[in-house]
Amino acid sequence: MFKSLRVRLAITAVVFLVALYFLLPTLVTQIPSPWNNYFPKDKIHLGLDLQGGMHLILEVDADKALESMMERTANDLKESLMDGKVRFRNVEKATGATISMELTDAGGKPALEKILNEQFSDLEIASSTPRDGGQIVHLKVKDKRAAELKKLTIEHSVETIRNRVDQFGVAEPEIVPEGENRIMVQLPGIKDPERAKNLIGKTALLEFKLVDEDNSLDEALRGNVPEGSVIAYGAREDKAGGPRGQAPYLLKNKTLLTGASLETAKVQISDRFGEPHVSIKFNSQGAADFDRITNENVRKRLAIVLDGVVHSAPVIQERISGGQAQITGNFTMEEARDLAIVLRAGALPAPVNILEERTVGPSLGSDSIRQGVMATLIGFVLVVIFMFIYYRLSGLVADSVLIINVIVLLGILAGFKATLTLPGIAGIVLVIGMAVDANVLIFERIREEMRLGKPPRAAIDAGYSKAFLTILDSNVTTLIAALFLFAFGTGPVKGFAVTLSIGIVVSMFTAIFVTRIIFDYFVWNRNVQKISI
Amino acid sequence: MEFIKPGTHFNFVGKMKIAAVISAALIVVSILSVVLHGGLNFGIDFAGGTVIQIKFSKATPIEGIRKAFAGINVADAVIQEIGGNEVIVRTNQSMTKEFQAKVEEALSGQFGAGQFEIRRVEFVGPKVGKDLTNKAILAIIFSWIGMLVYIAWRFEFRFGVGAIIALIHDTIITIGALSLLNKEFTLTIVAALLTIIGYSINDTIVVFDRIRENRKKDLKRSMGDIINSSVNETLSRTILTSFTVFLVLLSLFFLGGPVIHDFAFALLVGIVIGTYSSIFIASPTVLAFKSFRISKGKRKK
Repeated sequence: MFKSLRVRLAITAVVFLVALYFLLPTLVTQIPSPWNNYFPKDKIHLGLDLQGGMHLILEVDADKALESMMERTANDLKESLMDGKVRFRNVEKATGATISMELTDAGGKPALEKILNEQFSDLEIASSTPRDGGQIVHLKVKDKRAAELKKLTIEHSVETIRNRVDQFGVAEPEIVPEGENRIMVQLPGIKDPERAKNLIGKTALLEFKLVDEDNSLDEALRGNVPEGSVIAYGAREDKAGGPRGQAPYLLKNKTLLTGASLETAKVQISDRFGEPHVSIKFNSQGAADFDRITNENVRKRLAIVLDGVVHSAPVIQERISGGQAQITGNFTMEEARDLAIVLRAGALPAPVNILEERTVGPSLGSDSIRQGVMATLIGFVLVVIFMFIYYRLSGLVADSVLIINVIVLLGILAGFKATLTLPGIAGIVLVIGMAVDANVLIFERIREEMRLGKPPRAAIDAGYSKAFLTILDSNVTTLIAALFLFAFGTGPVKGFAVTLSIGIVVSMFTAIFVTRIIFDYFVWNRNVQKISI
Repeated sequence: MEFIKPGTHFNFVGKMKIAAVISAALIVVSILSVVLHGGLNFGIDFAGGTVIQIKFSKATPIEGIRKAFAGINVADAVIQEIGGNEVIVRTNQSMTKEFQAKVEEALSGQFGAGQFEIRRVEFVGPKVGKDLTNKAILAIIFSWIGMLVYIAWRFEFRFGVGAIIALIHDTIITIGALSLLNKEFTLTIVAALLTIIGYSINDTIVVFDRIRENRKKDLKRSMGDIINSSVNETLSRTILTSFTVFLVLLSLFFLGGPVIHDFAFALLVGIVIGTYSSIFIASPTVLAFKSFRISKGKRKK
């Protein structure tokens, strides 16, 4: 290929130096200034299993988002029907994401269709059956629109989780959608996994609802919940760790304001008791709404509901026009801080479930690194010694390129910002064992050729050229296996596939190309009669 | 130094029948073991559940740990010691916030707070488990097909068939060995199986390559003869490479830590089986498909 020794040597040197260039930040903890400006800053990126951290697979319940949208739509639809003077009974959200209603007039259906066309273009009539001169109608969201909504829900969830994680302060988090309705979250080096899980998984839907004071709570608790109201609980463990205070509330169904109208939220310490609470500030539209709501409902109780749990239900003393409010409750400082974060970042559009969790503590990670490095070193030394014993000086040639192989492999990992995992380290160890294979093939060939009586130079030529195709074919098949491993594997296993693949490719370069330079150098320039092989 | 002296000539093809019997026996034992164990011992990656790795500050009897878990109604906890005062607890429970709190409470009650550290928690829900199982099976089958196509392209179709039969053979026997020792079948084990597939084919190809070369030299020689001398000529290399890989795997097995332990074990078994199959199974199988090639050739005329 390249006849000139110098050219080949230069290529090898360039590859080696480039690898070293990318690897240097990993090898040297602190590059002295001014040199540090010339080198990349990134060390080899360690997987969660090596540096500790949390890996989560979340499932977004997008159907739930659709259902709650239908619930809101049902309320709006009721008002539109009333405005349009269409006579109806029982408009309600039925099972799944559908709305059922009964139209009592014969002319109800065309009127409904008109309203749908004008105001609710997302909806269509799924079925209608005549009854008592009127009709029972089921409405559903158009399929195309429903798919769009689901997609938006996932995107919005990813965005919200990213906001929360950013505000929580995690270095290099990874938050990516996966498949149809899943999100993968990776948080390296997280210290308090439980807290992080709470922060990510909380829906954080903040709602303001009026307390229903016209009807009896006791009556409702007995099962007679009046139309348009619901029972909600203020479930909070009190500070003494006593029984959970499950104070029931009877709330009006209608949500007056949600967390979507917030501009910001922050933790404050109340002057009197030194207890933390979360102070919220509405955006301009929210402030105007809040002004109107408080004005219309002075002396009534306004419940602050978070994810269905009533946090407090203070009496509105007077009209509040500044657009400020407080959420109190027996918060610890940490809880208040996290609540402020999720309120700032916004609510998740749908609840999320944790499908998979893998958390590794930092101490286990550093143990793994130590064991991995140890296994690599010992494996390396064993192979080096064996190759020297078996092939003598030629073995040493193979050994020296093995070092280049490992350095180039690590350099590529660093340069391409690939992730090194524990199975990845196992992959490196395996590569050390397999990389010498190419040299074994070549050396065995050379020995064969020499047995046939060829002089060293001819034997080396024949050995390399005959072994080349074998090495290529056998490595390509190993690469195919590694490729499938990469395509189907997850997390750490993927790391194994990466180091194995890179290692195989690099070993072909070092074992064929680089060793040849060494052989040629010694054999061409001298009149060698015998090679140590 | 030479392990295999030049001019060595074992009659591998002649031993084909014995090899077939041994392999068949190993495969039967493997399948029986899996069946008698009631299927593979799937880890949480596939079966779902929770794994907790706990390190204690001093030597802790396993009975005490079991009691702590029984106290919070985790009757199915499987506790495995991995040395260094560390245990791995596995249960089918889902890892919820409440469950983790209960575990920590129970351990604190039994051993005192600060006497232990939860170093690793892995939870896989049943839905994910199913996905991962499908992915793993697909990965292995696709890799077989990938090999078949590549070898059929670079060599001949029957070489591909021989290689794939050897690969399926290796995969089954390695799984059998894991099942016999009741080792957990995890994602890393699947990675090991794919690596074995990649390695074993590597070995096989080196022999095939030599067969291809020897055939070009002398077209009249019988296929059995060619295969025999090709296996012999590459025997030294086959054993050498297997040996170096074996060396590094031993290092991984003993020093790589608990997470890598079973992975290294599966590879050790696989390398031995893969080396055996490359010599005794892959090439002779090509011979068994000889007639296929001849009839195809006749049709062309």
